[in-house]
Amino acid sequence: MMEFSNWDIIKNLLIAARWTVGLSLIAFLCGGFVGALLLVLRLSKIRGMDRFVSLYVQLFQGTPLLMQLFLSYFGLALIGIETTALQSATLALTLFTSAFITDIWRGCVIAIPKGQWEAAQSLAMSFGEQLRYVILPQAVRIAIPPTVGFSVQVVKGTALASIIGFVELTKAGGMISNATYQPFLVFSVVAAIYFVLCFPLSLYAKMLERKIHAQRR
Amino acid sequence: MLSAAENHARPAVQITALRKSYGTNEVLKGIDLEVKPGEVVAIIGKSGSGKSTLLRCINGLEVFQEGSLRVDGKPLLYESAMAMRELRQRVGMIFQSFNLFPHLSVGKNVMLAPHLVKKKDGKENETRARQLLQRVGLAEKFDAMPDQLSGGQQQRVAIARALAMEPAVLLCDEITSALDPELVGEVLRVVESLADEGMTLLMVTHEMNFARKVSDRVIFMHQGRVHEMGPPEEVFGNPQTPELKQFLSSLHD
Ligand SMILES: Nc1ncnc2c1ncn2[C@@H]1O[C@H](COP(=O)(O)OP(=O)(O)OP(=O)(O)O)[C@@H](O)[C@H]1O
Ligand SMILES: [Mg+2]
Repeated sequence: MMEFSNWDIIKNLLIAARWTVGLSLIAFLCGGFVGALLLVLRLSKIRGMDRFVSLYVQLFQGTPLLMQLFLSYFGLALIGIETTALQSATLALTLFTSAFITDIWRGCVIAIPKGQWEAAQSLAMSFGEQLRYVILPQAVRIAIPPTVGFSVQVVKGTALASIIGFVELTKAGGMISNATYQPFLVFSVVAAIYFVLCFPLSLYAKMLERKIHAQRR
Repeated sequence: MLSAAENHARPAVQITALRKSYGTNEVLKGIDLEVKPGEVVAIIGKSGSGKSTLLRCINGLEVFQEGSLRVDGKPLLYESAMAMRELRQRVGMIFQSFNLFPHLSVGKNVMLAPHLVKKKDGKENETRARQLLQRVGLAEKFDAMPDQLSGGQQQRVAIARALAMEPAVLLCDEITSALDPELVGEVLRVVESLADEGMTLLMVTHEMNFARKVSDRVIFMHQGRVHEMGPPEEVFGNPQTPELKQFLSSLHD
């Protein structure tokens, strides 16, 4: 049997953690992009868009990420669309993340008083200009804390990608623990790495929240 | 005195048989109104009589179902974004709640729309903004943020911001109602100076003394209709309908 030193354990977990970080970034960037797009569609008052987006949100918020990963990997393969694990994970994480993010951001836009839209409209600004120069700069300020908070959920959510074959942090932890019979040590390190990834985000969210509250006064 | 030519100038605002409902609730039940360029019209009436709705129809903030509306001879067309943008450049609006953009300085509040919509370049735009702020007595507040100003100052910035678009008509919806009593005067003085300079004004107001003093015509709205209309001396001094009499006497309690 192969011998694992403690350093080997940590090194292998860190290597696997790169996937956790990578998948989180993919989820967040793609999900954020799609979420923003959906938000603009929804605000634009184009006919039918509101219903389409709210259906989308309900669908992907209302089903487990695990199912979405399954379907986008095995399900697509069944109907003849071959995807790599990375493509499937990107798809599923994007759908999942965008459904939450678009809702979070919509809440922030709705929190801006109607009078702001009306004032901008009365000054003959176009819809895009109203959004870009009046509404979004105000909405972004209140959106930052909940968005950062949600990003912590995303980091943890990437663990589910292991079911379609990703050896990310959680999966690697399981494999190494099986090989070394040191589950306590291994999963303590896994937990510590998650903590190191997520804690600064939580802290950052809290700090921003405090800062914005201070500015309000 | 108006010359004969000016008398025949096309109306600044022309409203014909305008009807507007929210769902099944008809709020404006056939409004006919013509406002001449330079005219100052005060709109009075009970809460819920449709005063705000009427103003908001004039700049397209509300969609009406029947009738027609022209500003400076141009009809209001909801289908055309271009036409709406045109219309809104001719119609400025000032709100009860100021609605300054809180993330922008006073100067930028005034300069934003001319920059985006009229493509005014930086230097010219800034000079103009400073002139307008001077005009409303706030020249030194160019770099201040809105939340550093009193309500009266904020409302004066809102007036400067609307004027920066060089509107042909200015709509004012109870613009002093949210102000502490001691701040009302400074805003009304600005409005009065605009009236004196020939701006076409439609203002919903509860300041009856002010309406009497500056308006050329007073419109009394009741249940979605123009119930009575005339020069201020007549409307206030010699009301014809029981509804107007009752409304005016209710103000004195
Ligand atoms: N967005 C809306 N949706 C549904 N009904 C509305 C809406 N806005 C106004 N109304 C209704 O239309 C009627 C006229 O309202 P409006 O605001 O024009 O009255 P107003 O004369 O300006 O009153 P106030 O003096 O209180 O400002 C009221 O009965 C009101 O309930
Ligand atoms: Mg009103």
